[in-house]
Amino acid sequence: MTTPTQATTPAAARTRTPIGAPGRLENDAKGGVGTSPQRPDGALKVTGEFAYSSDLWMDNMLWGVTLRSPHPFARIRAVDIAAALATPGVVAVLTAADVPGRNVFGLELSDQPVLADDVVRYQGEAVALVAADHPEIARQAAKKIRVDYQVWEPITDARAALGHPTWNRLHDHPAEDVELSRSAAAIHPKGNLVRHLKIRKGDPDEAADVVVRGEYSVGMQDQAFLGPESGLAVPDGEGGVDLYVATQWLHVDQRQICTALGLTPDQVRLTLAGVGGAFGGREDLSMHVHGCMLALHTGKPVKMVYNREESFFGHVHRHPAEMRYEHGATRDGTLVFVNCDIYFDGGAYASSTPAVVGNGGTMGIGPYVVPNVRIDAYGVYTNNPPCGAMRGFGSVQTAFAYEAQMDLLAAELGMDPIDLRVRNAMAEGSVTPHGQTIDSPAPVAELLQRLREMPLPAEPDGADIDLRSLPGGVANSTHGEGVKRGVGYAVTYKNVAFSEGFDDYSTARVQIEAHQGNPLVVVHTAAAEVGQGLVTIEQQICRTELGVENVIVHPKNTDVGSGGSTSASRQTYMTGGAVKLACEAVRDRILTLARDRTDAPLDDAALVDGNIVTPSGAVLMSIADAIGEAVIEETREHHHRPTEEIDPETGQGFAHVQYSFSAHRAVVDVDTELGLLKVVELACVQDVGKALNADAVVGQIQGGSAQGMGLAIMEEIVVKDGKIRNPSFTDYLIPTILDTPPMPIQVLEYADPHAPYGLRGVGEAPTISSGPAVAAAIRQATGLPLTRVPIRPEHITGT
Amino acid sequence: MQLSVNGQSRDLELDNRTTLLDALREHLGLIGSKKGCDHGQCGACTVLLDGRRTNACLVLAVTCAGREVATIEGLAGPDGLHPVQQAFVEHDGFQCGYCTPGQIMSAVGMLEEFERGWPSAVTGEVQPAGLTAPEIRERMSGNLCRCGAYVGILAALTDVASRS
Ligand code: FES
Ligand code: FES
Repeated sequence: MTTPTQATTPAAARTRTPIGAPGRLENDAKGGVGTSPQRPDGALKVTGEFAYSSDLWMDNMLWGVTLRSPHPFARIRAVDIAAALATPGVVAVLTAADVPGRNVFGLELSDQPVLADDVVRYQGEAVALVAADHPEIARQAAKKIRVDYQVWEPITDARAALGHPTWNRLHDHPAEDVELSRSAAAIHPKGNLVRHLKIRKGDPDEAADVVVRGEYSVGMQDQAFLGPESGLAVPDGEGGVDLYVATQWLHVDQRQICTALGLTPDQVRLTLAGVGGAFGGREDLSMHVHGCMLALHTGKPVKMVYNREESFFGHVHRHPAEMRYEHGATRDGTLVFVNCDIYFDGGAYASSTPAVVGNGGTMGIGPYVVPNVRIDAYGVYTNNPPCGAMRGFGSVQTAFAYEAQMDLLAAELGMDPIDLRVRNAMAEGSVTPHGQTIDSPAPVAELLQRLREMPLPAEPDGADIDLRSLPGGVANSTHGEGVKRGVGYAVTYKNVAFSEGFDDYSTARVQIEAHQGNPLVVVHTAAAEVGQGLVTIEQQICRTELGVENVIVHPKNTDVGSGGSTSASRQTYMTGGAVKLACEAVRDRILTLARDRTDAPLDDAALVDGNIVTPSGAVLMSIADAIGEAVIEETREHHHRPTEEIDPETGQGFAHVQYSFSAHRAVVDVDTELGLLKVVELACVQDVGKALNADAVVGQIQGGSAQGMGLAIMEEIVVKDGKIRNPSFTDYLIPTILDTPPMPIQVLEYADPHAPYGLRGVGEAPTISSGPAVAAAIRQATGLPLTRVPIRPEHITGT
Repeated sequence: MQLSVNGQSRDLELDNRTTLLDALREHLGLIGSKKGCDHGQCGACTVLLDGRRTNACLVLAVTCAGREVATIEGLAGPDGLHPVQQAFVEHDGFQCGYCTPGQIMSAVGMLEEFERGWPSAVTGEVQPAGLTAPEIRERMSGNLCRCGAYVGILAALTDVASRS
């Protein structure tokens, strides 16, 4: 298929295009909404032709590297760059003094310096930049920068950072005072509290027949996307810059870069380069401002690529959490109250901590109806690595706690854990702890019942055991002796898109023209494709709405309005909705043109298979004939229905636009003598409202399930005294194909009447319910409380 | 030095500390092989060196003189995609695709190894009956996929194995 010239003119003159800059995606796939056509980037990805941000190239480019602080908390007394600058091959060495605009950035709060000025607040904070004609020269030169640090004692416990007593796990009374308080040891000028969310509903002192209490902790998880942070900044010679970068939200990056560079949006143009996974870790800036600073300073294109170790310091992680829950119920298993305290360790800078606290708090007791609720959720500054968005943000942590509590309560009541959940399950019309009435289907009970009905995997056959199916595998650590099987369930819900009064929107531009007698559509959004398949969805919506087969996906850039963030499971809903609106506007214009050519009534006409057809299916004319020589282009914004800020004292309000529901059943074999695990099967049932692309939905569920399982049993950034101890794939483990079990999946489609096509965001919920199900299965197999994840062998063996 | 890549001999001037991966990516412009870790931990850089699966980030380019390097760029033929590539597309064996060139080269090498009767580390002397799911899992466990497309990868390779 050949492509016509593009009618859209860029906002500003572009610099020379680098090798590896994205092109228009086109393919011969067919299929609209509700089918699973092949991805337009599929062939490129399997042939190695698809270029990622780390593949960008310009012949005259320089390489930039970052010097980072080795200390979690220190004052910078002086920085001496002379030796680095004198290194042959080095073109520039920049420090905080060289930041052209305001030396600050941040997703929700602008609290982080582009380059540390006076104080470093975490190990790995950027202090200086080097550009050289070879990456190794740049790295060696960076080592010659001498930074004189006055090292301080880091604050590494979230409760201590607030002056709250640390919990003593053995006795239910405050542990020793650690003599740290907000005023005495503030990491930021306004103190160490980022956000405190309170929910007060009913009477938390209501009496209950049975009460269970537990303390839970969740370790720090890393997104560990496989394609490291990278990008290429190209100066335009007129004071502006083009940045090609792997990211999740081009326009929020642009805003922060403009502030830091002191430039206007038309001077800072962003294009989405190929993204090697994101999972939340690219929502904050990484090399963006640094690359632009070096490019503007040197007048040359500058490429920056983090290596794996730097990547562990170069993006925010999932917040570790400490949680204390108290559940009260009647004898028959009806929940009476839930009280909980949740501490999210946000690390040195806020990033999306406020939103994490918002999710963790408002959805902190799970998809259950409870009349009396007290929740206190805190997001805290410490000198640990900064934490922010990661798939399921805020909800992944609390699900481990509330689902463990439900199992504890079931055991206390002598009830089946599914029956207990079903008895208390939310349904359409239920009211959440933050006082929001669920106004679309909420099939919590059905998810659980369907899981229960799914056949269990076969028990291992004692006579002929395959080593590969056992914990420890071919390490030959057991032949079945000491191995116990456990089955665990968990259910969750998660808000979709941005909440709490944020005016969340996406923009889409859709263009149609006749090309060689056939209608051809170009869809242009700035919404980031990070692997999830949004580019396929954009094509499918255009095909369905415009009755056209050939749909080209324009490269994603800031020439079109914001697509919002590729996070919070929101892109199919938000950008998909925008594409639909733009298509509807284009369709109206096609019909207007058609009216010039026919007297037939067109009010009920539809666009199908390249034709304008009557409701009975009679062809009136081809779309190409209606368009003629015209090029029709429409741009639309899609805003979701408004949400409200929640009340600061009671936590009540219409906070979330939509919820996504999923449930998992995990079957795990545990070698109780060695603490080794084999997840035998991970089954999932999820309601997606409407599967726009069933294959992509299943892919999201599988990927999310694997990441949730990873947190339950293996993934943790180990931080000691504010320092990361395992920044490599040797020591930070993510699931391999061996660790990933079969995943039977059922997808339900209960339409949400408020959403485009009735769809629900998909990507996050399975990341939330899979881990707690795995943890529950291990508890069932071992009989141990296991209140911390990831669960390690020593937690099982007690050694 | 001379490096034979995908059947073509290429002249190169290299620092002798250059890895095969950097030689391919930065000197020959063959960006299909990916750098996920540079330490032999992720498999994104997998190429075939004289037909054997190799992490290109762990090999110095100078040691590859006189040997044949096969990368993802050389896999598709004039008639279109290699069967493994095609199966990855059909079975959704990827999302972001960053691990995919390594997965596919690893799979091509793995199928070849199996064909020749090489035991996996697991199966020892005993040649397993066929490329069953557990066997494919064992043999592909050196390639990480953070998008978690393993179910699709397994389906793709089961499909290819059943056809060959
Ligand atoms: S880049 Fe070679 S194994 Fe990761
Ligand atoms: S497809 Fe993204 S890492 Fe495998």
